[in-house]
Amino acid sequence: MTNAALVRLEGVTCAYRGGAPVLRAVDLDVAPGAFTGVVGPSGSGKTTLLRVVLGTVRPVAGTVLRGPGLRLGYVPQVETVNWDFPVTVAEAVLMSRTAGRRLPWPSAAERREVDATLDRLGIGGLGRRHIRELSGGQQQRVFLARALLRQPQLLLLDEPTSGVDVRTRHEILHLLADLNAGGLAVVLTTHDLNGIAAHLPDLVCLSTEVTGRGSPQEVLTPAVLERTYGAPMDVLSHGGMPVVVDRHVVHEAVGR
Amino acid sequence: MSGLGWLTEPLQFGFFRHGLAVATFAGALCGLIGVYVTLRGMSYIGHGLSHAIFGGAAASALVSFNFYVGAGVWGMAAALAIGRVTRRRIIGADAAIGVITTASFAFGIALLGLYGQVRRSIDAAIFGSVLGVSVTDVWVVVGVTVAAAAVVFVLYRKLLFTTFDPEVAAVSGVNTARMDAVLMLLLSVSILATMKVLGVVLIAATLVIPAVVARMLTNSFGRMLWLSAAIGAVCGFVGMVASYHLDISSGASIVLVGAALFAVVFAVTGARGRRNVAAAHVG
Repeated sequence: MTNAALVRLEGVTCAYRGGAPVLRAVDLDVAPGAFTGVVGPSGSGKTTLLRVVLGTVRPVAGTVLRGPGLRLGYVPQVETVNWDFPVTVAEAVLMSRTAGRRLPWPSAAERREVDATLDRLGIGGLGRRHIRELSGGQQQRVFLARALLRQPQLLLLDEPTSGVDVRTRHEILHLLADLNAGGLAVVLTTHDLNGIAAHLPDLVCLSTEVTGRGSPQEVLTPAVLERTYGAPMDVLSHGGMPVVVDRHVVHEAVGR
Repeated sequence: MSGLGWLTEPLQFGFFRHGLAVATFAGALCGLIGVYVTLRGMSYIGHGLSHAIFGGAAASALVSFNFYVGAGVWGMAAALAIGRVTRRRIIGADAAIGVITTASFAFGIALLGLYGQVRRSIDAAIFGSVLGVSVTDVWVVVGVTVAAAAVVFVLYRKLLFTTFDPEVAAVSGVNTARMDAVLMLLLSVSILATMKVLGVVLIAATLVIPAVVARMLTNSFGRMLWLSAAIGAVCGFVGMVASYHLDISSGASIVLVGAALFAVVFAVTGARGRRNVAAAHVG
């Protein structure tokens, strides 16, 4: 693979059970150290794109190239987690350690590693708590910790800030930025254009096809957003950052 | 009669000692496997598989073939067929179980209709009986229990990951299809080994009740595993002794002891326990 990309998608098309394509002719590179957000409306193929990168969905056309020995970490949508499953925080985090040790209980080194990872993510001391007993932000961090324990080179997160409050959203974004600054490539999907996408250095706009790629200033434009969402949107500027607003909302507000 | 006398009186009979050993190990075995079955929302599968194995048992009895081999091969084929149909996702697990296992059960019933002379042994398979338990049966149950515990021990992390989050487990390098197959095989072998004492009709309860009681008592998967096995063993032991004194079938007695324990723990643990029970996908 040229340019040492971690993952490269070339002309990838995906469809479930012979239905209409959920991804069509997608070209995408993920470089080492990337911090990329994938935005698009519901059903635009964001989660499928992550699954293609992960290898759990096979394209019907095109190729997926992964760097040799690439280690991937994946944080699924919290809505898919069974929060009533009988599992403590430490048990959930340790799940990703399936290779090597055969014994059910963790070794002293693994225990130290779990504690250190939980400390690093700001949820130290919660290892014995049941996952349901945590706040939304803490729950998100548990599954981030599980992914990080695999020491991934590329971390994929599906809607990591859905259903959390503004403060938690900021905390998660800063946490991911810190991990990225440490060299970890991050790709996340999000519906939140202003709270998340506008703060990322690199965006992919998706509507079955890639409708735009670049910095927020480059792709959060009325033309690209209309191509992506199929609805007119206006983009304002606040402190040099784009702020996306629904055109109908603006007109209603101005008309009052 | 003293409490100790109540427990020890039936031990004077050799057949009862065999039955007691089988019931205790069977309870532990079903308790262990039942944790995975309930948490994966496949409680109905125990009920269905035991019915599927009934078809194999009837066919084996007819041709005077070894019960364990004949019914076992039959049960494993049914388990793998259910797993295969379910993985295609068009048909839900409950529907797959409904089709495959009831067809097998119907086959057994049809054989009964055609060849009525095997009815007595088949009745014992349906309701459970201590009378037909041999030393060989004891060793089979002990062997299967030890083997199942060893498999769960060695594959603990992979089985847990696959049960909790199969998609991420697959991404993390776990062969989830193989883990599914291992669990289905463990389940069918467990049913086969315990069917004589527990009976086809009541075996599902011994898979579900200990796991659900354990779930009410802990939020840790590791603790739930050994608690469920221990509860299953106690229910098997006490139920077996009770069946002697009350002169009822061993399967019914074991299930009733489990149900009574469930009611007590349900009442004592209150809202937390009830929430946890709702979390286990029973049904």
